Amino acid sequence: MLHIINKSPLANSSLDSCLGVGKEGDILLIEDAIYAATSGSAHEAKIRDAMGRFKIYALLPDLEARGLADRVIEGVTTVGYDGFVELVAANRTCQSWL
Amino acid sequence: MSEGIKKFMFVNRKAPYGTIYALEALEVVLITAAFDQDVSLAFLDDGVYQLKKGQQTKGIDTKNFSPTYRALEGYDIEKLYVEKESMEARGLSEDDLLVDVTVLSRKEMGELMEEQDVLLSF
Amino acid sequence: MPQIEVNGKSYETDEEGYLVNLADWNMDVANYIAKTENLDMTEQHWEVIDFLRKYYDEFQIAPAVRVLTKAIGKKLGPEKGNSQYLYELFPYGPGKQACKIAGLPKPTGCI
Repeated sequence: MLHIINKSPLANSSLDSCLGVGKEGDILLIEDAIYAATSGSAHEAKIRDAMGRFKIYALLPDLEARGLADRVIEGVTTVGYDGFVELVAANRTCQSWL
Repeated sequence: MSEGIKKFMFVNRKAPYGTIYALEALEVVLITAAFDQDVSLAFLDDGVYQLKKGQQTKGIDTKNFSPTYRALEGYDIEKLYVEKESMEARGLSEDDLLVDVTVLSRKEMGELMEEQDVLLSF
Repeated sequence: MPQIEVNGKSYETDEEGYLVNLADWNMDVANYIAKTENLDMTEQHWEVIDFLRKYYDEFQIAPAVRVLTKAIGKKLGPEKGNSQYLYELFPYGPGKQACKIAGLPKPTGCI
């Protein structure tokens, strides 16, 4: 399953819920959720922990727009819009954690 | 189960009234009921608040749509799941809810989601 | 907003003739709306209208036709809980037409 998150982990519990309820698969961080993918943030340890169960992606245009493209946690894969589409196509189901 | 029937799960994670999500989800669920699919509703995080008994909305001049959850049975939508951890984190128990539900642990909820063909989030 | 006038009192309706305010409903208004739909209300009609109003009061929605049919069957018996019976009473649809006469909004999912 592909999990998509678009809210900042500092303002919203979507990331926590996704990591708690979700079992495995891919997680794509987009829009304000990309803050979770940046090193030095309060959520870095959580993201590193989750890498065992999930493969973590972050949308590059959203990282760039927020000036954080050079600060992505090691092990997080950045993708463009084409990569976003590929992830959706590669997974049987998709869940947006609004 | 006959062919062509898919498992649809509506995932409700927002409290009622503060945003339009809960009401919109309910309306989509009622419409979906006409298509004879295998529909279930999941309530987690603040979505659990949608099912709280005793909602009185006169004071906020908004339609109280909570009684409509009780109509779902008549629409043959009988699978309502509530996540235990979310419910407990909000100081609620099954007795506080206005419909009969199945309470699942986080883990069980995650497994149930994996079994779905389509997940619709609100 | 369009209006209808019954017994010298005017009531607001939407473009399709559904009452805007649930509380405006009474039997005279219902008879008036039925007349505009070319229906003569009989005891059987009222039975359905009464059922719909009670359903709305309990669940805060107008039921889909399928749900209404089933629920009527449960309460009033199988000879009434079938779409043939209900469509004979309300040829333009027990959902749309009966809800209009009952002063309820158009059923969700009804086009």
